[in-house]
This record gives sequence, structure tokens and C-alpha cells, in this order.
Amino acid sequence: MYKILEKRRLGPGIQEYVILAPDVARVGKAGQFIVLRLHERGERIPLTIVDCDPKGGGVTLVVQEVGKSTREMGETFGVGDSVLDFAGPLGVASEIERYGTVICIGGGLGIAPLYPIARDLKRAGNTVIGIIGARNKELLFYEDRMRAVCDEFHVMTDDGSYGRKGFVSDPLREILAAGRPIHRVWAIGPAIMMKVCAKVTKEFSVPTVVSLNSVMIDGTGMCGGCRVEVGSATKFACVDGPEFDGHAVDFDLLMARQKFYAEEESCSLERYLAERKGAETR
Amino acid sequence: MIRDKQVPMREQSGAERIRNFDEVPYGYSDDEAAAEAARCLQCRNAPCIAGCPVGIDIPAFLLAVKERDTARAIAVIKTSNALPAVCGRVCPQETQCQGVCTLGKRFEPVAIGRLERYCADWESTHPAAPTSVAPSTGRRVAVIGAGPAGLTAAGELRKMGHDVTVYELLHVAGGVLMYGIPEFRLPKAIVKREIDGLRQMGVRIEVNQVIGRIATVHEMLAGGFDAVFIGTGAGLPQFLGIPGEGLNGVYSANEFLTRTNLMRAYLFPEYDTPLRVGRRVITVGGGNVAMDSARTALRLGAEESLIVYRRSEEELPARREEAHHAKEEGVDFHFLTNPIAFLGENGRVTGVRCLRMELGEPDASGRRRPVPVAGSEFEMQADSVIVAIGNGPHPLVLQTTPGLELNRWGNIVADPETGATSIPGVFAGGDIVTGAATVIEAMGAGKRAARAIDAFVRAK
Ligand SMILES: Cc1cc2nc3c(=O)[nH]c(=O)nc-3n(C[C@H](O)[C@H](O)[C@H](O)COP(=O)(O)OP(=O)(O)OC[C@H]3O[C@@H](n4cnc5c(N)ncnc54)[C@H](O)[C@@H]3O)c2cc1C
Ligand SMILES: Cc1cc2nc3c(=O)[nH]c(=O)nc-3n(C[C@H](O)[C@H](O)[C@H](O)COP(=O)(O)OP(=O)(O)OC[C@H]3O[C@@H](n4cnc5c(N)ncnc54)[C@H](O)[C@@H]3O)c2cc1C
Ligand code: SF4
Ligand code: SF4
Ligand code: FES
Repeated sequence: MYKILEKRRLGPGIQEYVILAPDVARVGKAGQFIVLRLHERGERIPLTIVDCDPKGGGVTLVVQEVGKSTREMGETFGVGDSVLDFAGPLGVASEIERYGTVICIGGGLGIAPLYPIARDLKRAGNTVIGIIGARNKELLFYEDRMRAVCDEFHVMTDDGSYGRKGFVSDPLREILAAGRPIHRVWAIGPAIMMKVCAKVTKEFSVPTVVSLNSVMIDGTGMCGGCRVEVGSATKFACVDGPEFDGHAVDFDLLMARQKFYAEEESCSLERYLAERKGAETR
Repeated sequence: MIRDKQVPMREQSGAERIRNFDEVPYGYSDDEAAAEAARCLQCRNAPCIAGCPVGIDIPAFLLAVKERDTARAIAVIKTSNALPAVCGRVCPQETQCQGVCTLGKRFEPVAIGRLERYCADWESTHPAAPTSVAPSTGRRVAVIGAGPAGLTAAGELRKMGHDVTVYELLHVAGGVLMYGIPEFRLPKAIVKREIDGLRQMGVRIEVNQVIGRIATVHEMLAGGFDAVFIGTGAGLPQFLGIPGEGLNGVYSANEFLTRTNLMRAYLFPEYDTPLRVGRRVITVGGGNVAMDSARTALRLGAEESLIVYRRSEEELPARREEAHHAKEEGVDFHFLTNPIAFLGENGRVTGVRCLRMELGEPDASGRRRPVPVAGSEFEMQADSVIVAIGNGPHPLVLQTTPGLELNRWGNIVADPETGATSIPGVFAGGDIVTGAATVIEAMGAGKRAARAIDAFVRAK
């Protein structure tokens, strides 16, 4: 059992948790993830490590409530409660080196996994340009944390309710078009956002890392369910990634595979919501 | 007079059992067991013992069953085999103990596996004396992977008085026994019972521990373990590398079976993990894994379950009983057929393009090599496809243990007698060494390694 030490709402349907898992906290690195299971009937859900406290044993996660499991976690798991299983760190850590100038782009929930990468790149001596974006102001989080580790910072919202109106790929294109030397780009967020960013950086031949969230079951290389095509080779996102060369990823395949269980997922969510409603009115 | 045929085992009919996940055979009654055991000739040379990878004294336990002394029978079995309830059910007996049984030369061999199962099941309802454990040696051994190899090594080492911790990356122990082999063939309660027995002996089993990431083998050795046993199995699914493999509805057998067995997708939405099957399912492959997948598909509601295998029926590597059960349940076999592409629409698989094959010259394995028949391309319709063509070594520990010698298939090079690897104090056994093999061979390797580890840590 893994105890929830802290829980904080970052925005509508977005929660930050600190969960006690000393073994993971000791060694977890930016770019890696964990798999947790809420209870005996739960599915294994992969979540990115946002921060680790090796002394206190806490692992920070940010969870967006998109379906049954993540909503159940948000609605019924509070500080002091425990999740049944918590395994990690999984996946290959981000390659943190002194590249020179890097751009770190986070879209929507992608800001959470991006933050520790930007932080570590900064610590490694890079000049870090941060770009974060969300649909609207409410969904934006970690602005202060990101600002603190970036030398230059851009905030975008789709609807213009905060920062600049537009997509994260807009400032990316401007920076590259201005001819500034950029040595590497990290782009993390929805598949479509990563696809667009990778297309822009390809025009300017800037190496680009993306983090793929394909549907996973075990998260340990055992089922092949997370497979993605990278440069026409089949890779398992959970052990070979989740970070890959954004210029080589087949994003269309990724997006198609992410949607496979859409019907079952909504059935599961509706059932859960009906049960919750029943429990509340009882 | 000797009965020429085995006492049959009652089982659920094919039509009935494809609607549930309950075990297929019911097991022998006391009388049936005694009658079957009486068929044993008690051969002095007992070839059956050598046919069993762990060397159970088969005639001795059969005699005890015949004399209706099941307690003695199970005691005999347990001196050589820690998991009889499992082996009695899943050993490929026809190529092991029963394959060399003297009686089998003229008649049907003694049903050794069924009798082993009978004894083990008897034991589950009769409280047994706790297994005795030698006084503590103060030596610490880490076991990586809670499959049959690791669990056997752990049990043996604990009996010898060592302090043993098993690290398993999944949320349950058991390895393939839990996530791969289906409930209807090996009830999970049986595996859990065996594992509880190990815990009672004082074996620590820690789940959710991803070795290679959380700690490496070298760190374990430096951090106070006197020896490490690697039993991480062949968990990496192989794909065919043909077009369309990324389509939705194309599964590895591991994914299909893990969703079902480990995550209980057959109880969705009661359990949270879904699995989509469709009306017509094609499984590619001919081993136990393929049989399990095709039979599971029927139980999940597929109306048609087909197996496509590139060699002929003779070469089927599956246990005979599994292929037989699959046929009884209505699985439709297509031999000498090889997929060359998966076809799809809107990202979903809709069929398989195949070639007909014929058998040519024998290959390295001694089996006749299947060769494509020119111009024989044809298409088969499918809602789901399960790829069950084999598994490679689980990569995590291998990638994070510098100095560990691997062979050209990527398996660990280990001494077949001791399990010793290229790193002193590190031993290995089971599928991670041999490639995908059998439960009993993995157990045999775990047991031999335990003996070598015992000698190693005592000499330290
Ligand atoms: C490596 C990796 C890291 C991730 N990190 C985070 C994170 O830090 N924070 C966060 O909020 N989310 C993260 N996700 C996504 C998160 O795992 C899914 O949102 C979650 O599993 C959805 O479960 P659900 O039951 O609430 O929703 P569902 O109703 O099951 O699904 C809703 C959406 O989540 C996707 N999804 C469903 N099951 C899985 C699964 N087993 N694996 C991956 N995606 C799935 C579906 O494609 C769908 O788009 C990550 C995914 C991966 C693969
Ligand atoms: C579907 C299927 C059906 C089969 N049917 C039969 C049959 O009928 N009869 C038969 O004899 N054999 C059968 N087999 C083969 C048999 O199950 C295997 O040969 C046997 O389980 C091998 O045992 P093992 O202990 O070496 O590995 P496994 O059973 O694979 O166990 C390895 C364990 O190690 C864990 N692990 C891996 N890496 C790590 C890590 N880094 N850290 C921690 N833990 C780790 C894994 O999660 C797993 O639990 C079947 C196999 C499959 C897949
Ligand atoms: S363990 Fe397997 S091979 Fe040995 S006697 Fe039992 S069934 Fe036969
Ligand atoms: S070979 Fe067959 S008949 Fe002979 S002792 Fe073994 S089981 Fe009995
Ligand atoms: S999630 Fe199973 S192999 Fe990656």
C-alpha cells in the first residue's frame, strides 16, 4: 500500500499528488513514469514522475481526470488514503546534457512531465526557453515553477484568456524562424500537439524529443500493447521510451491506437458516475 | 490383467465450458486414482523418473496412491517437486515422464500427471505439517522474478536456512502461471496457495519491484546480498514484422492473456481493464500460448476462433491435451498457412493475408521446413488477431547488468548444472536462460541453482 501524503487541486479536473514510495523516490528521474493501481479491481495506469523527494520518500504526480480511473482517484482518494500498487520508475530517463540553448514545450497536462526536464536541463547549464499552453487560463498550471527554471518564457492559451492567444507551436516557429541557434527541443503534450511541433522543428532541422503516452497495460515490456512506430521500427513505449525522436514517430498510428478502447472507456466511466450518483443520493 | 487404456478423467463438455472460465477437467475420484495407479508396472529401472526434469520417484508415489495412502504419495512427490498441483496440470507429460513410460510402449502410458494432480488436490483439503526450515545461516539471497524458476529457487534456499527475498515487478507473484496460463487450465487459487505456502516458510515476496530500475544486480550484491538468482523469464512478445501489425485489434498473445488473466478483462466493467474481441478471431502460432489464446477468445464471446499455423499438425508444439481440448471446443485449425500482412480499415484490423505452405527439407530443429507455395495468396476475414509466435528474454535486468554474458539469442549464458553466470555470485535459470520452455524445466533449473547458491554462500 502506498499512502497519499499530499493532494492539491491545480485546476478543474487536475490534481497534484505526493505519494509515499521511498524506493521509487530514491531513484526516479525526469522522463520516467510509474504505474499505479488504485484497488483490487483497478487497471494499471501509467503516470509520469513530476518530482521525487529522496529523503522524505514522496513521489509527485499530476493527474488529469479523463476517465473512470483518474476520476475515481480524484474523487475518492484523499490525503491519508493509500493506493494498492505503485511500481517504477519505468521507462528511460530523459537525456540531460549541456546542449546549449533548448526549448521546452508543454501542452495541457504535458506541462507536468515537462517541468522536471526543464529544471534538470537548466541545472545542467542550458539556456532554457519555456513555452507552455493550454485551452484556457483555468487549465494552465505550474507557471511559477516553470518560470523559475526558464531563461525566457512564453504562455499561450487557445482562447486568449491568458498569455498570448494561439498554440505553443506559434512561438516555437517564431524563435526558429528568427534564426536563433537552438540545439534541442522537448515537446510534451497531446499527440496532435507533439506532431505539429515536430513538423515545425523538422523544417529547421532541430533535434526534437517527444514523450509518447500510448495505451499501456503492464508498462514493463511484457505485452507489446504500447507499441509505436519510430523510423519504421516497432518500439515499446514503456521500455524503449517513452521519449523518442519526434521526427521519426508515426503520430497518426499513435493517435489511432489511443482511441481503440474509447467505447469501453466511456461505458466504464458512465457506470462509475451512475454508481457515484447512487451512493450520493442514498 | 493390465488395463490398456488410462482411466478417463471427467471434464466439462466442450459446449458448456466455452461459456465459462472454470477448469476443464474435474480430476480423479479416489477410486479412479487407485485404479489408474494400479496400472503402473513398478519397473525396476523406472525410465519415467529420468523422464521427469525434477526426478520425482514416480513408482513410489504411484504405489502409495494404489494403496490409498495419499499422504505418503504427496510426501514422495514433494521431496522433488514443490509445485505438484501446477505440474500435474501443465507439464507436457507426453514428452516427459509419460513419454518414456514402459507401459506406453504397448498401451497408453500411466496417467502420471493426472495422479500427481490428484495427490496435490488431496493435500489442499488436508492440513499439512508446515515444511521444516533449517536454522538460519545468516546468508541473504535475492531472487529476481516470481515465476516458477524464481519461486522454486526461493523455496529450496529457504529450506536450507537462508534469508530469501523475491522481487517481482508485477503486482502479483507467479509469473506466467498468473498472467499467461488461463484460469480454465490452471486456477489462480492454486497458484496463490502454493505462493502462500512459500510465504509461510518465511520467503519474503515483494511485488511492484522493478529490478534494473529500482536497484541493479550489482547494487544488490554490493548492498548486502550474498548471491542473486535471476529468473526473469521470456516475457518479451515477438511480432511477425509484417505490414499492419500496428492496427487496432492486433494483439500479442501476452497482451491478450494478460488483460484476461491478470487484469480480469472478462469481468469488465466490474474490473476496470477492457478487452475487445469481436466475432471472429484468428490466432497465429501453434504452441500452448496459441491454444490458450484461441480458447480464451471463445470464452470471451468470439463466435469463431481460428488458428493459423505455418507447419502441419504433426509439428504442433502445444501439449497434446491442449490441442485436443481446443478442437473439442470448436477451434478451427488452418495448418500450412502463413500470414504475410494484416489488413485493416480506419485503423482497425479486418483480416489477414496468408500464403499456403508445403513442407520441404528438414531444418536445424529437425522438423521439415515450411516453404511458401507460389501464387497461393488468399485472405481471411478477422475482427481480432492474436500473434502467438513466441517470446524473447525479458530485457530490463539484462540491459542494466554489465558483465552478464548473453548468447546470440540474448539469453543469459548459465551453467546448466549450477546456473552460474559470468558474474560471481549471480545465478540464473528458467526461460531467461533457455528461451521459452516449460514450467517444470524452469523449476528444475531453480532447484539446481539453489544447491549451487547454497554451496556458494556457505563458502563465502
Ligand atoms: C508513459 C505515460 C505517462 C503518462 N503520464 C500521465 C500523467 O503524468 N498524468 C496524467 O494525467 N496522465 C498521464 N498519462 C495518461 C494516463 O495514463 C491515462 O489518462 C489514464 O490511464 C486514463 O485512465 P482512465 O480510466 O481515467 O481513463 P480512460 O477512460 O480509460 O481513458 C481516457 C484516455 O486515456 C487513455 N488511456 C486509457 N487507458 C490508458 C492506459 N492504460 N495507458 C495509457 N493511456 C490510457 C485513452 O487512450 C483515453 O484517451 C500517461 C500515459 C502514459 C502512457
Ligand atoms: C500462455 C502460456 C502458456 C504456457 N503453457 C505451458 C504449459 O502448458 N506447460 C508448460 O510446462 N509450460 C507452459 N508455458 C511455459 C512456461 O509458463 C514457462 O516456461 C515458465 O513459466 C518459465 O518460468 P520462469 O520462472 O523462467 O519465467 P516466468 O514464468 O516468465 O516468470 C518470470 C517472472 O519474472 C518477472 N520479472 C521479469 N523481469 C523482472 C524484473 N526486472 N524485476 C522483477 N521481476 C521481473 C516477471 O514479471 C515474471 O513474473 C506457457 C507459457 C505461456 C506464456
Ligand atoms: S513433474 Fe511433470 S514430468 Fe515430472 S512427473 Fe510430474 S508431470 Fe511428469
Ligand atoms: S515407467 Fe511407467 S510403468 Fe514403469 S514405473 Fe514408471 S510409470 Fe510405472
Ligand atoms: S505496456 Fe506492455 S509492453 Fe509496454
